Amino acid sequence: MVSHEFSSIHRPPAVLALEDGTIFRGRAFGALTESGGEVVFNTSMTGYQEVLTDPSYYGQIVTMTYPLIGNYGVNEEDVESKRIQVAGFIIKEPSRLYSNWRGGVSLEEWMMSQNVAGLCGIDTRALVRKLRNVGVMRGVILPGEGGDDAVGKARAVPSMAGLDLVKAVTTGEPYDWNQSLHALHKQTLPDGIERAPFRVVAYDFGIKQNILRNLAERVSELHVVPATASAEDVLAMKPDGVFLSNGPGDPEPVDYAINSVRGLLGKVPVFGICLGHQILGLALGGKTYKLKFGHRGANQPVKDLDTGKIDITSQNHGFCVDADSMPGDGVRVTHLNLNDNTVEGLEDQAKMCFSVQYHPEASPGPHDATHHFDKFIDLMKKQGG
Amino acid sequence: MMNEAELKRRLQDAKEFGFSDRQLAHLWGSTEEKIRALRQRLGVEPVYKTVDTCAAEFEAYTPYHYSTYESESEVSPCEREKIIILGGGPNRIGQGIEFDYCCVHAVFALSEMGYETIMVNSNPETVSTDYDTADRLYFEPLTFEDVMNIIETEKPKGVIVQFGGQTPLKLAVPLENAGVTILGTSPDSIDLAEDRKRFGALIDQLGIKQPPNGTAVSVEEAIAIANKITYPVLVRPSYVLGGRAMEIVYDETSLANYMERAVEASPERPVLVDKFLEDAVEVDVDAISDGESVYIGGIMEHIEFAGVHSGDSACVIPPRTLKPSTIDDIVEQTKMLARALKVCGLMNIQYAVSRRGGEEVVSVLEVNPRASRTVPYVSKAKGVPLAKIAAQVMAGKPLKEFNLPERIEVKHVAVKEAVLPFVKFPGVDTILGPEMRSTGEVMGIDTDFGRAYAKAQAGAGMILPGPNPPKEKSQIIISVNDHDKPEFLPIAAELARLNFELFATGGTFDYLKENGVECQRVFKVKEDRPNIVDLMKNGRIALVINTPLDRESAYDELALRRCAVEQNVPYVTTRAGAQAALAAIQSDLKNNLQVKALQDYFQTASA
Repeated sequence: MVSHEFSSIHRPPAVLALEDGTIFRGRAFGALTESGGEVVFNTSMTGYQEVLTDPSYYGQIVTMTYPLIGNYGVNEEDVESKRIQVAGFIIKEPSRLYSNWRGGVSLEEWMMSQNVAGLCGIDTRALVRKLRNVGVMRGVILPGEGGDDAVGKARAVPSMAGLDLVKAVTTGEPYDWNQSLHALHKQTLPDGIERAPFRVVAYDFGIKQNILRNLAERVSELHVVPATASAEDVLAMKPDGVFLSNGPGDPEPVDYAINSVRGLLGKVPVFGICLGHQILGLALGGKTYKLKFGHRGANQPVKDLDTGKIDITSQNHGFCVDADSMPGDGVRVTHLNLNDNTVEGLEDQAKMCFSVQYHPEASPGPHDATHHFDKFIDLMKKQGG
Repeated sequence: MMNEAELKRRLQDAKEFGFSDRQLAHLWGSTEEKIRALRQRLGVEPVYKTVDTCAAEFEAYTPYHYSTYESESEVSPCEREKIIILGGGPNRIGQGIEFDYCCVHAVFALSEMGYETIMVNSNPETVSTDYDTADRLYFEPLTFEDVMNIIETEKPKGVIVQFGGQTPLKLAVPLENAGVTILGTSPDSIDLAEDRKRFGALIDQLGIKQPPNGTAVSVEEAIAIANKITYPVLVRPSYVLGGRAMEIVYDETSLANYMERAVEASPERPVLVDKFLEDAVEVDVDAISDGESVYIGGIMEHIEFAGVHSGDSACVIPPRTLKPSTIDDIVEQTKMLARALKVCGLMNIQYAVSRRGGEEVVSVLEVNPRASRTVPYVSKAKGVPLAKIAAQVMAGKPLKEFNLPERIEVKHVAVKEAVLPFVKFPGVDTILGPEMRSTGEVMGIDTDFGRAYAKAQAGAGMILPGPNPPKEKSQIIISVNDHDKPEFLPIAAELARLNFELFATGGTFDYLKENGVECQRVFKVKEDRPNIVDLMKNGRIALVINTPLDRESAYDELALRRCAVEQNVPYVTTRAGAQAALAAIQSDLKNNLQVKALQDYFQTASA
């Protein structure tokens, strides 16, 4: 399975232009097309297929820090949504060979089939150091040598703060989900997990499918609703619990969802992940802010403040709940990130809600934190189902 | 023809793919120097990245770097005066961890003197490549290209090549030719010590003895030399590492065979033919010199017979059997050689002391103007940090300023033993010879030789029995050649007295019986059963004493030694080794074991 380009030497040139005027000259990878977005980096060594299909990356150009990408191709199972969501993909070196017992196609063929631009052959470590020091930046991938207007194009990319990207990725219509975990994932479950007779309604702010699979593994009924669904619509479905999903961008402009969540609090158990966690934080009266370069990777250490236990977690977020902004009554910070002490978890027992900033469903990443799904089930059981 | 831009692109691509200048020279029919010059003219230069274990997500302060061909360098050389220390690269037989000890001590000493220390080494398992040993670490291969790139980036005051063993030492001449300051002994002196002809002339001039020798580029020449200096002869290619491809040959057929098959001799790479001094005791000396003063770090007497590679040979400090006058001779010759070679830093000399009648005659076997693998052992046995002192001497501090005593008399005995990997290599013969086979070494230290030797053996994985052994581990096999038999008689008698059951093969059995030593006959493998190997398999053998016989019994010996290795039964292959084992058994270490810290041996000495 040799990819059609044996060596990157023969690839056409392409550049990445950043808003600060930096140009990285490399070679084209994937579709030969212009593409702008917020340039971010991910430190996972594997899991590029999950990363590319994660709707939370919508509007972003993702750089992988791991130097060789594509060695196991792309398969039908490891997707987190129906299509590639990233605006562009930057890697050091595409693998010239790929091999996977589950079959599939090459990463590059897949990107081309979905017209997704990529760039390879640049000093990705230099780019990451720049993003780390300066903060994430707007940028554009351009085929060719990049003209005089390259930097201008980067600066024309809309800034992510204040932008509602949820509307671009949420489902248009409600749907039901009943697919449980893939066989490979099932091996990681604790023994004795049985489907509880609960009806869960999940808000789709850009939901990752592995979250749905994890929920479907544990409850008998799972209904997915668009981000714009009101509290009344959801309560009318008589759910035993409501789930708030991950999603892209800034939570603040997603005011319709924040309002809906306010209407649900105290009436039904609520569990949020990632953007869902930020939306819960805002609904509880807190504030959010943008991190310099975010958390994107599969080895973020998170401390449970109740038990002192550390989970190594999968993360993908550029915004964060401000701990100091949380109102004192009932809400408490339950988890902290050990790298930078930012908020990773919230809980308000009286209002029957909790949330985590990281990804218990992994995909990609370690399964340390899957117990949060079980906690959600326990919370629903406690409320008498 | 490619234009410059295309050529640069091609070169950049090749370097990104990891081709060395030397490989490119080979592929493009050029020379390493020319490729380097072209590369530099076109601006295709490496950059240095940092090993941070976090993919640059966070700022790291580890000064731990590697080169690559990319756009951004993360290294900015500082303004302090710096010294680069070259390490030994990957550990392998002959290039051991002992050299890493020397490098680390050199780093510490130079750091104390106020220099910025820069370590270059490519072995992640070592202390020199801990990120906090040197001020800065380059995790790079020890090749001219990679070292030179670092030198051009860092611009050090000088480079130290003599602590990392043969690997960095080989770079001395190319680096000096490229204009780099080599600290310590000059590359010319290194060459003088390694070049047979130049060294021979120097020895003659100094009036120091050397075993008769010659260099040959053909079978005929080798035979002619051997006939002149008489067999047995030690043959080896010039410039060897770890005694690779060395052999002792006893006759013309073997010599011709060696010349034809083992070595490709050429005028550039002649074969060295030395008279092999049988029954000589080998002595190793580690010394430091600044060109004028000389400090004798330690004199080590080997326990194995001469001809066993010094890296495999057990040895003892202080010497056990040498006459005081012989030690004086050795000290004197060491000083003469150090001054004549203008040694600056460490040197190691191997001597052979042959005994005729009551006379002891000292000859020089080899001079290495560099740190040897015995430096850590000698430093610990004597309580003087040789590598640290040598590094400071190389950086310009006169040896006199250290106020070292002329000789340090220690009250204890320190035995070094080689750790041999035979158990991991099924089928390999375990007999020791001029080719180095050990993969490490241990030191046993105590108040007398027997105990120190027993500890060293235990450290190397061979637990020797004590006197009056339990019935289930009370048997000793003795099988020695005719030449050795008289020497083994008192050893065998003493072992019998200590209540061991002796088993001996045909000739040895007859000899011991005739001389009144109680023992039982055991068959050789080809004679009958139960034979010597069957006996071993019963598991009651505590020790095997077996010296090489003739070619006919080689199969027997191999089977016996293999079996001993597999069952982890101590075995000795020399008379000196058997005497040492006896001393260890007599010391009854097992029943008299106490703990004493290494530091405690020296506290009383300095108090």
